[in-house]
Amino acid sequence: MQLLSYNIFLLNHGFRLRYQFEPISMTAANVPRCIGEGARAVPLAGHVGFDSMPDQLVNKSVNHGFCFNILCVGETGLGKSTLMDTLFNTKFEGEPTQHNQPGVQLKSNTYELQESNVRLKLTVVNTVGFGDQINKEDSYKSIVEFIDAQFEAYLQEELKIKRTLHSYHDTRIHACLYFIAPTGHSLKSLDLVTMKKLDSKVNIIPIIAKSDAISKSELTKFKIKITSELVSNGVQIYQFPTDDETVAEINSTMNGHLPFAVVGSTEEVKIGNKMVKARQYPWGTVQVENENHCDFVKLREMLIRVNMEDLREQTHTSHYELYRRCKLEEMGFKDTDPDCKPFSLQETYEAKRNEFMGELQKKEEEMRQMFVQRVKEKEGELKEAEKELHEKFDRLKKLHQDEKKKLEDKRKSLDDELNMFKQKKTAAELLLNQAQQAGGSTTLKRDKERKK
Amino acid sequence: MAWHTVFPLLPPVLLAMCWPRPSPPSLMMGERSHAGDFSYVGIDAILEQMRRKAMKQGFELNIMVVGQSGLGKSTLMNTLFKSKVSRKSAQPNPEEKIPQTIEIKSISHDIEEKGVRMKLAVIDTPGFGDQINNENCWQPIMKFINDQYEAYLQEEINIDRKKRIPDSRVHCCIYFIPPTGHCLRPLDVEFMRRLSKVVNIVPVIAKADTLTLEERDDFKQTIREELRANGIDVYPQKEFDEDAEDRLINDKIREMIPFAVVGSDQEYQVNGKKILGRKTKWGTIEVENIAHCEFAYLRDLLIRTHMQNIKDITGSIHYEMYRVRRLNESNAGPGLAPGQAPTLVSAHTNGQTKVNGGPPNGMAAQCEVLTHEM
Repeated sequence: MQLLSYNIFLLNHGFRLRYQFEPISMTAANVPRCIGEGARAVPLAGHVGFDSMPDQLVNKSVNHGFCFNILCVGETGLGKSTLMDTLFNTKFEGEPTQHNQPGVQLKSNTYELQESNVRLKLTVVNTVGFGDQINKEDSYKSIVEFIDAQFEAYLQEELKIKRTLHSYHDTRIHACLYFIAPTGHSLKSLDLVTMKKLDSKVNIIPIIAKSDAISKSELTKFKIKITSELVSNGVQIYQFPTDDETVAEINSTMNGHLPFAVVGSTEEVKIGNKMVKARQYPWGTVQVENENHCDFVKLREMLIRVNMEDLREQTHTSHYELYRRCKLEEMGFKDTDPDCKPFSLQETYEAKRNEFMGELQKKEEEMRQMFVQRVKEKEGELKEAEKELHEKFDRLKKLHQDEKKKLEDKRKSLDDELNMFKQKKTAAELLLNQAQQAGGSTTLKRDKERKK
Repeated sequence: MAWHTVFPLLPPVLLAMCWPRPSPPSLMMGERSHAGDFSYVGIDAILEQMRRKAMKQGFELNIMVVGQSGLGKSTLMNTLFKSKVSRKSAQPNPEEKIPQTIEIKSISHDIEEKGVRMKLAVIDTPGFGDQINNENCWQPIMKFINDQYEAYLQEEINIDRKKRIPDSRVHCCIYFIPPTGHCLRPLDVEFMRRLSKVVNIVPVIAKADTLTLEERDDFKQTIREELRANGIDVYPQKEFDEDAEDRLINDKIREMIPFAVVGSDQEYQVNGKKILGRKTKWGTIEVENIAHCEFAYLRDLLIRTHMQNIKDITGSIHYEMYRVRRLNESNAGPGLAPGQAPTLVSAHTNGQTKVNGGPPNGMAAQCEVLTHEM
């Protein structure tokens, strides 16, 4: 690199410098590179020392720790947990899930791993029950909601007034490993639909799970079919970046091997005189880390050793920004008004505020109106009820009076009868008395006779 | 979304990965581990990835130099960065008047060393402290610093924002103390008191070759006491020390500030070597010799060891304080609209909503005043 720039220096200046053994200043006196606006490139006359900046940056990050979040999407039983265990060379917790989940849930677990001096906070999110339901139309929804929820949490933190971004635990999903069932034919429609929904929200890395079920020739056909289906459906899967020369080559080769056909295993089998991770069958042993057997090593290389930082960066700069933009626009904030003059923050807030106050007032008015109306209605109802009651009362009263009158009449007639009866009685008695007096003696006699 | 477990360093399983293994040189990115370690995951390759990314992106640094004219500010900048980053403003022309107000001149340079690219901006303040009446001479400077914070904030709040927000915030302000040998002047105290709250201040004793070593130590002692007495917290600030190790290192530095520096961009031959220095009749002062002056310490602090830390403190503490203040000002109305709009929508009245009777112009004027005043 140094020699190259020295040559360019020569060519640009058109004359040959006598070679001076001053390696430091030679490197420093570089050709002005492509620079930002308004800055002039200045050659350095000696060693200043800011080449330690990357080291300072790295040290700071090491002290701070890293975090990485992986989402594993795939049907139950495709070996997601086993693959995670194999990738990170450790036994994460969890038992195999049942197949009778009513809906898709996401279970996330966070682990702290350390290797040499690097601390990694790894979060593995598993989809539980994906593809198990009879009606799978809503399967992707809970996944999308989960991813959005993580973005939302970060957005809220970023928008807070008092925020602690540098100590915030970032839970946004950096990579989504999509497990494709090894049918050997093509992608399932569930896969296509889910991937289409996820491709703008997360970096998707499709992998063929349990690929020891497919033979090599079938595998190539399967891979071609999958990639063509993805392309024809417009699904954007994550492409390993090829802009940095140091890794461009390997990344572009790997891009051609997508989707990776992997086999996961945590069991160790003795091959030769080494213990390797493998799956043992009666007809042979599939070695996980053998590149002829499966693409596990490629996956690990790409996911962890080469592109972890790029995955995180993509998540932050593309997917998160997209989410943020959509969310803020949804809430009605714009950067420029229809005349393309930039809104100032102040104006936006004022406008929003006035809008809200206006709405508030309107709502208040509405409520008041409604209230008044209701009161009126109620009053009306009550009045009617009162009227009814009055009527009823009147009616009853009338009834009562009628009854009373009837009773009076009856009584009167009864009295009359009684009087008549009395009269008759008195008349009868009179007659009786007369009769008695006339024949009174006889009765007396009779009485006397009786008495005798 | 409920987390289930957080395991801190599970003993049996994960210890297997904690072997102090040096990352094998063959396992750089691009090479697969066929016969390599089967238990090596490769997480520490992220350091390499970060380094690569950092080299590609380059770094930015904005330094402001403040001090009376003639104290050697431009020379020191040139010495620090070993190139002509600052034009000396010494005016030999007697018709040039001293500027009536303080100008703020910011010049950007692209420098590169060993593949590391840096965009350096040197912000000069000619005219500071040069008038007869120097009241409020810190105001233009404060306004400039706050304007940079404001620009960054605006960009950050944008809906459609750039991938990498251009950072023009002043990371470090080097304040030049004239070598009187007595104590700090009221101007110095006032300025540093106000500015230490918004930016990292590194005070240096300029033209230290006029002080003998004893005088220098006394002067430094006096300055340190005065700073302490006035509650001025210069960089490295005590309250931002992260852990014991940091505190140890920073305490050592705090014992030495303010650095007594001598700047020079002339090279002389001393003992067969070409070094930067000042040649006088009674000897040559070597700039990089720590027995002569403390330039090397300043350079190491600023560039070689603490540059990232300086930038972090600016970004995460000073900028955040500005942001809080600024967003609370516009909170005389509805508060931070994006963040609270959801709550505003869901719960119609926010506890902080106050009716602001003034027109938007009034509020803007209010904000202007608030930002300039300290």
